Amino acid sequence: MSATVVVAGASLAGLRAAEQLRAAGWEGPITLVGDEPHMPYNRPPLSKEVLVGKAPFESLAFRPRAGVADVSWRLGTQVVAADLERRVVRLDSGETLPYGGLVVATGMRPRRLRCPGPLTGRHTVRTLDDARGLRAALTRPGARVVVVGAGFIGCEVAATAVALGAAEVTVVDPLPLPMVGPLGELLATSLLKRHEQRGVRFALGAGVTAFEGGDRVTGVVLSDGRVLPADVVVESVGSVANTEWLDGNGLDLTDGVLTDAHLRAGGRPDVVAVGDVARFPNARYDRVPRRVEHWSIPTDTAKHAARVLAAHLTGGDAGLGPFAPLPTFWSDQHDFRLQSFGAPALGRDDVRVLDGDPDGDVLAGYHADGRLVGVVALGGPAAATAAARYRAQLLQQPALTA
Amino acid sequence: MKVVVDMNQCQDHGQCVFAAPDVFRFDDDGHLAYVPDPDESLREQVEEAADVCPLQAIRIEA
Repeated sequence: MSATVVVAGASLAGLRAAEQLRAAGWEGPITLVGDEPHMPYNRPPLSKEVLVGKAPFESLAFRPRAGVADVSWRLGTQVVAADLERRVVRLDSGETLPYGGLVVATGMRPRRLRCPGPLTGRHTVRTLDDARGLRAALTRPGARVVVVGAGFIGCEVAATAVALGAAEVTVVDPLPLPMVGPLGELLATSLLKRHEQRGVRFALGAGVTAFEGGDRVTGVVLSDGRVLPADVVVESVGSVANTEWLDGNGLDLTDGVLTDAHLRAGGRPDVVAVGDVARFPNARYDRVPRRVEHWSIPTDTAKHAARVLAAHLTGGDAGLGPFAPLPTFWSDQHDFRLQSFGAPALGRDDVRVLDGDPDGDVLAGYHADGRLVGVVALGGPAAATAAARYRAQLLQQPALTA
Repeated sequence: MKVVVDMNQCQDHGQCVFAAPDVFRFDDDGHLAYVPDPDESLREQVEEAADVCPLQAIRIEA
């Protein structure tokens, strides 16, 4: 019998890794281990369509490819430790699984605020169960909602809360503008205005120092002394990598799992990392290893890593160049969409309007050393279509640093 | 092979158009149009298109 490939993590990245191992010719056993009780499901609608009630929870399940019909699913089970030298992982059941190849796909979990006050009434949005709980809270009549963190999830949830008829929706962030990290000032200013026009309030330049209330949250105390009354708090303040189970193996786990240009970890040909837990260099850009939490990354990383791992296990050569995905992201908020191609964050200091204007449909170009490195459209479908026209150009470019 | 797109789910992201331009395209109104019975030689393209659809609206039925 051939050695088993253990895939630690059974969300999108784990599923795609299993599918791509089969597509790459790996015919041996595959075991997926996932801590949630559910089969892999699509997470983006958890802050939008599903939260607003337009799509049922059941609609989120992925349809696994036929090639993975024979893989073994260990759901509701967590990998708690690994010994990469002995090639074995330990599960929370106490059981150990030996492997010939290991795929790290354990992803991220929401970072939580550590300030004094009650826990009840405070939500995060990562899992199906999170979204169920948040939907129940948001649909209570007259809900006053405070969203902490003005990133992707915070902005999407704020828009959804308005759509659900919440009495008050306020977004708090220490930065001066929403999504200013990924977007830069020009579009972040436009985004702020659009949200305000649609009923979202903002408390920017302020942090959260405490929560008020007895058994449950009734208010959010800000660093400038203000107190925002709140029935529902959503914490969307970033994420933490699920890598504790890899401790003690000499891996660089400072922010996710550091990989080489082929997504291998710790110089080991039998261990690859996929999805948003992987911190990989992108040969298309500056080769600085980064984690990327966009939806496209699990599929992109799985395809590359599975070929590399399958080639190692079968004694072949994957014959691949270094991993060089073209990043892309979107975000639906209210009646508008953000659509990006490339790496706008690398060109935030030189942003130019390529089409339209910031009060309507707008397409912004992000430049580094005078060269276009990313585009972001904000507005209706026409803006997104305009962004797509730059995709081919962004794909053709050679790496930023030779 | 047989391809079905759930047009109630499709939100015109266009990722399928990039992945499989011989099968998926936008019409003049900016809405998705596709070949329902593409040649078997395009299977890999179509599988990739199904993978990258943010709404998971593309089904390969045979």
